Amino acid sequence: MADDEKLEQQQQERREFLSWLGSALACGAAVIAGDAATLQAVAAGEQTAAAQMPPSPAIPGYDWSKHRWAFGVDATKCIGCLRCVEACKKENNVAPDAHHFRTWVERYVTLEGEETARIDSQADPVNFAASGSEGEYRFADRYKDAKVAKAFFVPKLCNHCTNPACVQVCPTGATYKTEDGVVLIDHTYCIGCQYCVQACPYGARFFNAEKKATDKCTWCYHRITKGLLPACVEVCPVGARIFGDRNDEQSVISQFIHNNRVQVLRPATGNAPNVFYIGIDEDVS
Amino acid sequence: MEALFHSSPFSGYVYPNETVIPWTLLIVVYPYLTGLVAGAFTISSLYQVFGFHQLRPVAHFALLVSLCCMIVVPLPLLLHLGHPERAFNAMITPHITSAFAVFAYAALFYVILLMVETWFVFRPYIVHEAQQARGVLSWIYRAATLGSYDVSENAMRYDRKWLFALAIIGIPGAHGLHGYVGFVFGSLKAREWWSSDLMPAIFLFSAIISGTALVIVLYVLSCKLRKVPIDLPCLKVMAYSLWGFMMFTLLLEGVEFASLVYRGREGYDVIMQFVEGPLLIPFFVLQFGIGSVLPLAVITFFIWRGANDRALVVGVTASAVLVLLAVLMMRYNVVIGGQEISKTGKGLLAYHPPILGREGLLATAIVLILPPILLSVLVRFLPPWHDQEQKA
Repeated sequence: MADDEKLEQQQQERREFLSWLGSALACGAAVIAGDAATLQAVAAGEQTAAAQMPPSPAIPGYDWSKHRWAFGVDATKCIGCLRCVEACKKENNVAPDAHHFRTWVERYVTLEGEETARIDSQADPVNFAASGSEGEYRFADRYKDAKVAKAFFVPKLCNHCTNPACVQVCPTGATYKTEDGVVLIDHTYCIGCQYCVQACPYGARFFNAEKKATDKCTWCYHRITKGLLPACVEVCPVGARIFGDRNDEQSVISQFIHNNRVQVLRPATGNAPNVFYIGIDEDVS
Repeated sequence: MEALFHSSPFSGYVYPNETVIPWTLLIVVYPYLTGLVAGAFTISSLYQVFGFHQLRPVAHFALLVSLCCMIVVPLPLLLHLGHPERAFNAMITPHITSAFAVFAYAALFYVILLMVETWFVFRPYIVHEAQQARGVLSWIYRAATLGSYDVSENAMRYDRKWLFALAIIGIPGAHGLHGYVGFVFGSLKAREWWSSDLMPAIFLFSAIISGTALVIVLYVLSCKLRKVPIDLPCLKVMAYSLWGFMMFTLLLEGVEFASLVYRGREGYDVIMQFVEGPLLIPFFVLQFGIGSVLPLAVITFFIWRGANDRALVVGVTASAVLVLLAVLMMRYNVVIGGQEISKTGKGLLAYHPPILGREGLLATAIVLILPPILLSVLVRFLPPWHDQEQKA
C-alpha cells in the first residue's frame, strides 16, 4: 500500500514537472512565433524608428523634431584637395591610417580610347606613396603622361538613408535613425558584431578597433546641433560640399536640391539616401 | 601584442573601409557548427520520428553530437564580437527588424530542447546509475534524475510520447535555426554574392549533409576505438541519406550559381573574374570536385555494387570526410568569398587569415575541435551505445 502511495506521489511529481516543461517549451515556441510576426512587420516595411524613438537629446537650445538635415555634393566643383578627409579625421578622432574613413574622395579618370573610368581614392597605395604617410592624403599625379578624356572627383560619406539597411540589421538597436534624419551609433551599446558594416551598400561603415564598436560619419552631429557646419563642409575651399536643413526652404541644401537635377547613389537598394549629388556619371556607385 | 586590425590587399577599386574584412574565420565556423547541429539532429529524427530502425545504433549518438556542437555554437560568435560582454544587449533589447536579434532566443530554445530530449533518452540510464554509482558520480547522476526515479513501463511509455513530440518540434527547430542562418546572409542586399533567395535552402541542405557526414565519421571512429563491429545496415542508410541530400545540395548550388551568372547584374564582370581566379581552387577543385562530385561518385559506386564489406566502411567514411571538408569550404567560400568581392562591383580583395589572434587560424581550430572533445567526455557520462550492450 505504502509502495502504491509512493508510486502515485512520484507520478504526480512527474506530471507536475512535465507540465512545467511543457510551459517552458511553449514559451520557446512563442519566441519563434514572435519571430514570424517580426518578419511580417519587416515585410510590411514598418519602421520601428517612430515607435522606439528615444527622447530628444539634452542639447541646450536644440529640438531635433524641428530639423531635417541633408547633404549635397557638387562633384563639378570638387578639386580633390582632400582637406575634407583630413578635417574629418582630426575632428572625429578617426584612426590616421589607410583603412578607416568617415569620408573619402574618389577620382574617376577616363583615358582617351577607353570606355570605363579608372577609379582610385586617397586610400590607394600609389597615392600614399605620393603623400609619404598613411596619415596624409593627396592624389598622386599618376595620369600626367596619359591623354585624359574625362576626369572628376566624387566625395563620399555616409548617406544617412531614410531606410537605412544598417539600422535594419543592428541586433541591439545601438545604431538608430534620429528624428532630424541622422543615423548615429551608440558606442556604449554596440556589441561590435559588424552586421551593419556588411549591410551598408556604400562601404561607409568600419570597425573602430579602439572602441571595439562600429563607426561612421555622423554629419558631425556634435557640431550641427550647435548651429555649426560639419567639419568637411566647413573646410571645403570650393563649396563642393553643401549641408543644411530641408525644413528651411531657403537653406542652401533646399536650394541645391530645388535648383539642380540631383541624384542619389544606388537608388535600387531602396535605402533612399539623403546625400544628393550633381555632376557624377554612370561609373559612380 | 595582437595587431588592432588586419588589412587585405586589393585589385581594381574597392571602398577604402572594405580593406579590413569584417567577418573572418570565426564567422565561417559559426554556420558550419549550426549546420552540423541540424544535420546530426536529422539523423536522430529519422529514427525517432520517421521510424528508420536501421539508424538505431546511431540515433542517440547523433543526438549527443548535435548537443555538443550546439553548446559550442555561441563561442565563435562571442569571440568575434568587439564587446562580447555586451552580447546580452541583443536579448535585453532585441531590435526586431534584425535577422540577428532573435538568434540568441532561438539558439537558447534549441539548446534547451536538445538537453530535454537528451534527458528523456538517457533517463533510464541516469536512474540506473543514480542507484548504482558511488561517490561523486552518484551525486552527479542523482542531480541529473531531477528527482524522477520512475522507470516503470507506464513511465517509459509516457517518456516515448515526449521524445516523439520533442523530436517533432526539434525538426523545424533545428532546420529553422539553420535556414535562418542562411537568411542572415541571403537577406543582405549589399552583397551580390550573398543576396539570394536560395541561400537559406542551400545552407539547410549543406547542413544536413555535413551533420550526416560527421555522424558517419564519428560513429566509425567510435566503433574502432571501442573495438566493436560497425553496424553495416546502419552505415548504409546513412550513406544513402548522404547521397540523397547531396543531390539536392548540388542541384540548389548549381541553380543558384547559374542564376547569378545568367542574371548578370551590376558587378557581374568582377564576380566572373573572382570565380575564374581566386575561387578556382577553393570552389571548383575543393568544394565541388574533391568535396562533392568525388564522394557522390564513390557512394554511387557502393550503392550500385551493393557492397557489404570493409570496402564499404572505408569508402563511405572517406566520402564523409570529404563532405565535411566540402561543406567547410562552402561556408568559407560564401562568408569570406562574399567579402572578397568588393561592394563597388569593381574590385577584389584577397583575405589571408592570420595564424594567431582572436580570429586567427589557431583560435578557429580550437573552436572546431571543441565539439569532439566535449563529445568524448559526454559519452562517458551518457553512453549512447549502452542499450545495445545490454541487449547483446
